[in-house]
Amino acid sequence: MTKEKKTLNLNFGPQHPAAHGVLRLILELDGEVVEKADPHIGLLHRGTEKLIENKTYIQAVPYFDRLDYVAPMNQEHAFALAIEKILKIDVPIRAQYIRVLFCEIGRILSHILNITTQAMDVGALTPTLWGFEERETLMGFYERVSGSRLHANYFRAGGVHQDLPKGLVDDIASFCEKFPKIINDLETLLTDNRIFKQRNVDIGVVTKQDALDYSFSGVMLRGSGVPWDLRKSQPYDCYEQLKFKIPIGKNGDCYDRYLCRIEEMRESTKIIYQCLTDLPKGPIKTEDGKISPPSKKAIKQSMEALIHHFKLFTEGYRVEEDEIYTAVEAPKGEFGVYLISDGSSKPYKCKIRAPGFMHLQAMDYLIKGHMLADVPAVLGSMDIVFGEVDR
Amino acid sequence: MKNLENLEKIINSELTSKVKSSKIKHNQIYLDIEENDLINVIMFLKNNNYTKFKQLIDITAVDYPENDRRFKLVYLLLSHEKNQRLVLSFAIKENEVVKSITSIFPAANWVEREVFDMYGIEFKDHPDLRRILTDYGFEGFPLRKDFPLTGHDEVRYSEDEKKVIYEPVKLEQNYRNFDYESPWEGTKYIKDLNKK
Repeated sequence: MTKEKKTLNLNFGPQHPAAHGVLRLILELDGEVVEKADPHIGLLHRGTEKLIENKTYIQAVPYFDRLDYVAPMNQEHAFALAIEKILKIDVPIRAQYIRVLFCEIGRILSHILNITTQAMDVGALTPTLWGFEERETLMGFYERVSGSRLHANYFRAGGVHQDLPKGLVDDIASFCEKFPKIINDLETLLTDNRIFKQRNVDIGVVTKQDALDYSFSGVMLRGSGVPWDLRKSQPYDCYEQLKFKIPIGKNGDCYDRYLCRIEEMRESTKIIYQCLTDLPKGPIKTEDGKISPPSKKAIKQSMEALIHHFKLFTEGYRVEEDEIYTAVEAPKGEFGVYLISDGSSKPYKCKIRAPGFMHLQAMDYLIKGHMLADVPAVLGSMDIVFGEVDR
Repeated sequence: MKNLENLEKIINSELTSKVKSSKIKHNQIYLDIEENDLINVIMFLKNNNYTKFKQLIDITAVDYPENDRRFKLVYLLLSHEKNQRLVLSFAIKENEVVKSITSIFPAANWVEREVFDMYGIEFKDHPDLRRILTDYGFEGFPLRKDFPLTGHDEVRYSEDEKKVIYEPVKLEQNYRNFDYESPWEGTKYIKDLNKK
């Protein structure tokens, strides 16, 4: 008599604490071994691309905050760069430094969240509590510069919305001084932790070739040993003038990706520190009145400024007919905007390329043959945020 | 820049008639081809030693309802080794079926599903062509230009029926689309002024 092989279908999510959002994962299990994973996404789909087609370029910026909501300014950066390239705007050097400064703060924000929640998924609670205290400080910087802790709406085509408030530079500098020690503290909890290593080493291994085939980017690609970072290979804004290293993994497993993120936080701190010490003086947005709004003072005195202000906030600026793809190295990988403008003040088409979408697609390939308990570990190391996956 | 021009020359000389037009803009190569050459062109770009576009960045479509060939499909490719980007595009008619490239790039799976979901373009030989981002049982193709911004259905929890129900969208105030057409010349004039 032969025993019939029966598999069990398990519905993981849509609401599950380890799913990092709303993910419905249908798993086919043979005992405790996963045979197939079918992620159902779109539970957070808001139609961002459709909405952007119906908004002016200025109005479209806040939608980018709501994609990867743990590192909002990095997304705005891609959109701002796309418009700047089409309109051929020169961004003042101070604005470039400020943007890079806040992009790196965003990277730390995102990596802290990822590392600590990944640790929580495999059973460690303390890193979360320690890490979130730092996130709180960083979000405080966001608030002081843009007025809101999460949805910043701070970057503009041609620069940033407003200059840094008084005292912020000193406060970020003092954060940079004490943050490396906090990374060390986090590492004492995790890096040599036996349980953490047992749960992550050799789990979810991605080979170099597969990382390329599955369109991985960011840490997912570097963890597998591919030296590729857009900040180095296709530098934008002032990254060329800054000194930093790109950490590369060796084995392509969850543990290497964790190590890459830890190192990247250290490098980001260095970048932030360089930005603060080198921060040049000058304007923070382009002085082209047809693109950036005039100062309040100018509106009171100049008729032209008043007209510009009125037209910018009703019609918005027009962008000549063009087609462009620009990408930035967001914390999660290559975040790109494919923009088609038609000469009006609204984009004709704006496709958002989210790194998490590509990573989650490989879930089936990554988890096949692993145990059910490894699902959260792999999911955690992919750094998924559903705001950007579902768009 | 020089590399880019060389690369464009190589692509043109190797693919000859398959390339309808090519140009270099914003540090990227833009290639225009025909739908039935898609597989050959992608294979060439991926495997040739001078191009090595080993990574598929994205696939998307653009809707031009007034055109006879309504959709433009766009493939974005990246070559890590040569550090170049390429934008490949071709136009298709509304009910035309496009060949899937999932066998060349496994990453094309979900992106093609997304194009199918958003624009209703079908892909031949796709292993699993289902909707991906929209709701279960959704009808229509949201990113087509003739799909209304507000959608057709809205969802709420009904206290009477004790379950989630679908209803046609009711808006307290209609979506207002203002016409901003004006003689304001936009950004071009100030640039010409600066040149003088």
